[in-house]
Amino acid sequence: MGTALDIKIKRANKVYHCGEVLSGVVVITSKDTVQHQGISLTMEGAVNLQLSAKSVGMFEAFYNSVKPIQIINSTLEMVKPGKLPSGKTEIPFEFPLLVKGNKVLYETYHGVFVNIQYTLRCDMRRSLLAKDLTKACEFIVHSQPQKGKLMPSPVDFTITPETLQNVKERALLPKFLIRGHLNSTNCIVTQPLMGELVVENAEAAIKSIELQLVRVETCGCAEGYARDATEIQNIQIADGDVCRGLPIPVYMVFPRLFTCPTLETTNFKVGGQDTDDRH
Amino acid sequence: RPPKGLLLRAENIGEFEFFSLHARIRNYTTEFESCRLEAVSLEFGDYHPLKPITVTESKTKKMSRKGSTSSTSSSSSSSVMDPLSSVLDGTDPLSLFAATADPVTAAANMDSTRKKRDKEDHLAVGSDFEPWSSKRGEILARYTTTEKLSIVSKVTTPGSAVSEKVRTRLEELDDLEEGSQKELLNLTQQDYINRIEELNQSLKDAWSSDQKVKALKIVIQCSKLLSDTTVIQFYPSKFVLITDILDTFGKLVYERILSMCVDSRVSLPDNFTPESINDTAKETCLNWFFKIASIRELIPRFYVEAAILKCNKFLSKTGISECLPRLTSMIRGIGDPLVAVCARAYLCRVGMEVAPHLKESLNKNFFDFLLTFKQIHGDTVQNQLVVQCVEIPLYLTLYSPAIDWILQCIAYRAPEGLLTEMMERCKKLGNNALLLNSVMSAFRAEFIAARSMDFIAMIKECDESGFPKHLLFRSLGLNLALADPPESDRLQILNEAWKVITKLKNPQDYINCAEVWVEYTCRHFTKREVNTVLADVIKHMTPDRAFEEAYPQLQSIIQKVITYFHDFSILFSVEKFLPFLDMFQKECVRVEVCKCIMEAFIKHQQESTKDPVILNALLHVCKTMHDSVNALTLEDEKRMLAALINGFIKMVSFGRDFEQQLSFYVEARSMFCNLEPVLVQLIHSVNQLAMETRKVMKGNHSRKTAAFVRACVAFCFITIPSLSSIFARLNLYLHSGQVALANQCLSQADAFFKAAVSLVPEVPKMINIDGKMRPSETFLLEFLCNFFSTLLIVPDHPEQGVLFLVRGLLNVIQDYTWEENCDDKIRIYTNVLHLLSAMTQETYIYHVDKVDSNDTLYGGDSKFLAEINKVCETVITQILDHLKTLGKDEALKRQSQLALYFFNTILAHGDLRNNKLNQLSVNLWNLAQKHGFADTKTMVKTLEYIKKRSKQPEMSHFAELALRLPLQSRT
Repeated sequence: MGTALDIKIKRANKVYHCGEVLSGVVVITSKDTVQHQGISLTMEGAVNLQLSAKSVGMFEAFYNSVKPIQIINSTLEMVKPGKLPSGKTEIPFEFPLLVKGNKVLYETYHGVFVNIQYTLRCDMRRSLLAKDLTKACEFIVHSQPQKGKLMPSPVDFTITPETLQNVKERALLPKFLIRGHLNSTNCIVTQPLMGELVVENAEAAIKSIELQLVRVETCGCAEGYARDATEIQNIQIADGDVCRGLPIPVYMVFPRLFTCPTLETTNFKVGGQDTDDRH
Repeated sequence: RPPKGLLLRAENIGEFEFFSLHARIRNYTTEFESCRLEAVSLEFGDYHPLKPITVTESKTKKMSRKGSTSSTSSSSSSSVMDPLSSVLDGTDPLSLFAATADPVTAAANMDSTRKKRDKEDHLAVGSDFEPWSSKRGEILARYTTTEKLSIVSKVTTPGSAVSEKVRTRLEELDDLEEGSQKELLNLTQQDYINRIEELNQSLKDAWSSDQKVKALKIVIQCSKLLSDTTVIQFYPSKFVLITDILDTFGKLVYERILSMCVDSRVSLPDNFTPESINDTAKETCLNWFFKIASIRELIPRFYVEAAILKCNKFLSKTGISECLPRLTSMIRGIGDPLVAVCARAYLCRVGMEVAPHLKESLNKNFFDFLLTFKQIHGDTVQNQLVVQCVEIPLYLTLYSPAIDWILQCIAYRAPEGLLTEMMERCKKLGNNALLLNSVMSAFRAEFIAARSMDFIAMIKECDESGFPKHLLFRSLGLNLALADPPESDRLQILNEAWKVITKLKNPQDYINCAEVWVEYTCRHFTKREVNTVLADVIKHMTPDRAFEEAYPQLQSIIQKVITYFHDFSILFSVEKFLPFLDMFQKECVRVEVCKCIMEAFIKHQQESTKDPVILNALLHVCKTMHDSVNALTLEDEKRMLAALINGFIKMVSFGRDFEQQLSFYVEARSMFCNLEPVLVQLIHSVNQLAMETRKVMKGNHSRKTAAFVRACVAFCFITIPSLSSIFARLNLYLHSGQVALANQCLSQADAFFKAAVSLVPEVPKMINIDGKMRPSETFLLEFLCNFFSTLLIVPDHPEQGVLFLVRGLLNVIQDYTWEENCDDKIRIYTNVLHLLSAMTQETYIYHVDKVDSNDTLYGGDSKFLAEINKVCETVITQILDHLKTLGKDEALKRQSQLALYFFNTILAHGDLRNNKLNQLSVNLWNLAQKHGFADTKTMVKTLEYIKKRSKQPEMSHFAELALRLPLQSRT
């Protein structure tokens, strides 16, 4: 085996906030001494926007992907060209997470049309005979918890055949009445969504009650805005014909990587919404 | 006389004459006196080898008074008390002192240990909590099916627009592997169990090969099976099987995270705090929880999270106490009541294991269950039952394991008030038989027993179509067997219960109930009530030979009756007891029952008996056992049966009515002729009877007793030949001969001894001992020595020659084909010399009362002595010949040993003032040492002994002898 390059970030969960110092070590393991033309470390953060096929058509969607927006980019020369001894070499590094100008460090987010990703890349340049070595590693940025206490905004809801949208023949639906409440409509992303739901009555046997988490992404570009809703997570909260009149808990942990707090900038927008389904 | 040329190293042994022994004249009385141990006054010292433990204990106590050591050290040292030393504890003044030395610290110690124990109790479940593992097997055995089962992996397509990335992530969790959504249909129950076992195995494999995600997938797949209620009668078993897998998984995850916390140097204490956990471990733990939180389906999400509940300990102190209520309310989303109640049972099980002090969520689980109780009678469930053709009573029993478990968790060390509240809540619901049953099986027996009458009333009120009533009575009976109801209610309870039980039509239902209630009856009532109950059982079980299906229950009834009726005269006067036994018609079961009865008899019968009722009944029982023996019966089984029958025979005594006793033995012999150990016992018993008679007559037999004793002897004489074991026969001949001699039956004794002599040639070289073939020589040697000692006192028969029996035995020994390369024959010959020297004495060393031995008969007649000498000469020649042969065969070690053995014999029994004998002994001494095979230590000891003897009076010639015996120094 030749030389192995690895990046170890100090925090186990790889989560950092704006203004903190990202630190860690680059680990180089090799049996022999390593001749190299310099080792550098790059920290990058970028927003990638992808146009939805629905709004702009296939071709544009394929070709016209919007140019990535860079949030942060800095490079560090770790080691000058030279030799590294055989065995394991650890080179510590530190990056302050600061942005220039009026740019904002958005939270890491993996969506369909919007992607915000932060990476650390370590490059070892070598002479012509040996290949350059590269190792990339993602780290996660969370924005600072909001200042000031969030006011919970509880909401009660009722679902009947009448309240359903996009139903073709309302008359064919069996009668039912479902009541419930959510503890809050705007939630802290790190806390689970909670609430209760009561099946007051239902003519037909219930098969399943599911909770669907949907996100809305809006992309803007030259042609206008594209707004798309996609499901992130679908959680079953009732299986089978549940007891009538008994409150069933509504509970969902937000998948952190795929959700983000509602965010609006000039170019893109992400929001969340959820629905109850009944089959 | 052998030609000189053949005498190898003859010069060392000396010119051989026919040596005669020239036995030393002995005065046995004075020898006896001198040999007796010196009486030493006993001193009770402080030291006793069994006492060191108490000493260390007092030390640690003293230390704890200083307050430096912890209390645990002293308590642990006292806990390893040796049972022997605990006996000493009371009498020994030192330990008494230690025990009372410091009451204050002792009390403090007690206090702190108690506190500690209380604390432990609080954190962990005590041993009085019946663990799940004991329920497991029962459930698996009870809920079975013959229907076909299937494992279907549901394909779940997430609805609407889901990004590719999300979709793959979800599928990753849903599917085991690509294309694994196969259906396994038409599995038999066993196939199904095997399949689940396979899954369990592949879970472990996946885990050990570091495929954590695959392991999680397997677990999810498994727990999904729990949402499937087709073949509902198998559901409880399925629940057991699958939760096993979940337990495995939970343990694996916990251990893995724990291993991440261990810093290779320090291992975590059991009660670690979340602060001491490093970030990596916490992160891994969180990841598991996040992953599980995103499982789409409710049931797998619930089960998998419950399985790793314990891991919350890594994250926060309050984690478990927050999780339990959330999981509890999550179960409300499960629509099927059976699935939901099983999920509750699992949560309670995990909860009890991880945090038994969190009682609230246990209660909440039960109350939630009560809230959904009405669902059982709802349309959804009813429709399902119709489709599956399952009757309501059967369906309701499926709930029992789960409800039992939940209630057991709640009732564990719960205050009385809570139990009453629970019961009241159950009462309020319609058709509460199911709950009633669970309450009875889960709550403390004392609680139930105290309210028996209430329960009976409630059971009566129950709906006929619901939960089977006989099960309710069975549960109540089980409680009453453990705890006593109030005295005044007892008879009424039995009457009320039995009124219902006796009306049960189905024999299986009936016997299951009756079996339980028999114990209650035996416990509190007399033989009259038991008799009635037994009669009722017979009445129910006889039609259509219903008993054939109920042997285990009937057997357990018998066992319970026996446990409570130790007095067999009362037991057998229960009229229906023997008719009850007649129901056991299958032989193996009947023998089992007989064994139980006999075991109880041997264990509990204190005094010997002659009660004709007991004798008749037990003879019948023993006969049954005996008759079950056939060619295929195992040795062990035979041994056990024989031991039981022997135990019975030993307990039979007719007191002074010896004739009756003998005729009992005769009857027993005819009954138990197939079991050899029983015959041996009978012979011993008859011999004992003869000796008893002698004792009663103080040695002087009247005509009548003499005839009786002869009858006893005759019994033995004709019984012994029917035995197959040769050594049993030999020893019994000898033994019976001794008894005959003691009873002055001289000709009979002669007959026994002759029989023994003529049996010796038949002794095989190898005999079977405990299934292994072993050489018989050591046994033969032992027997012959014993035999010779007896022959000393047997008087010669007037019509046969002098020493007829000794000569006969010597001839037999001579002709016996001895093992090659073995000196046993010569050893026996040497021992014969001991006998012969004892025979030449004027008064023999021992006698049988009222029998004149040869010393009195011949009165030291010179002809008699000459006869003995002749025999001596022959024997010595044989010995010396053999020594020579050994020398020729170069078996020098054996030669040395034998020579020394012979030397010792001469030393002990010969008169060494005789020159020839003196010379012979010197030669033997030299021969023993000649080739360096003699043990120097032994030789030195022997020489010392000779020197010591020489100081005794009339033993001065030993000093000269000692001078002639050189010690060969080993080079």
